[in-house]
Amino acid sequence: MNHYETVFILNPVLSEDQAKDTVDKFVKVLNKAKADILNKENWGLKKMAYPIQNKSTGFYNLLEFTAAPETINILETEFRRDESVMRFLTVALDKNAVVYAARRRKGEFNKNKKATKKEGAEA
Amino acid sequence: MTLMNEPIKRAEIKPKYCRFKKNGIKYIDYKDPDFLMKFVNEQGKLLPRRLTGTSWKFQKKVTQAVKRARHLAILPYVGDSLK
Repeated sequence: MNHYETVFILNPVLSEDQAKDTVDKFVKVLNKAKADILNKENWGLKKMAYPIQNKSTGFYNLLEFTAAPETINILETEFRRDESVMRFLTVALDKNAVVYAARRRKGEFNKNKKATKKEGAEA
Repeated sequence: MTLMNEPIKRAEIKPKYCRFKKNGIKYIDYKDPDFLMKFVNEQGKLLPRRLTGTSWKFQKKVTQAVKRARHLAILPYVGDSLK
């Protein structure tokens, strides 16, 4: 079992409910492949840095899970099949990334966002 | 006038350092555009190590993170006056 993280962008033409259903669909795909979902994040409708498929916004979603390596193929095939997915990126998390992801799950970064920014500015 | 043969005041040159080594940052998040903006120039191009002082080990990770962010439209591939 490896630790993975997937970010995908859904078409902004969908309604909020439709977007939620689509996310649920992928969650189901993962459940079926016996993956353990650790974190589900919905960043909402975000403006993109450049237009994709002539759209300037998109629904960003993040899934963090542990799964067998074969699962990724299954999941990415589903992403390619679904036309409402405009972009996706699956990343295997190494040990430092796992620590970071755990802190993110606890919501440390939202609270400390200003603090960490200050540190960065000094550096 | 040429600037040749003018003495360089070594004491005034601030030594560069790797911010990741100094602050103990081990993972660079590709989902954080504000942080990644420090490593690209106004056009969205990656800054070289000789300007940021980042060590080679972390420069590779910065590069990877910026490229991932670009793929997800978190950072632009090309930009104009980003800063």
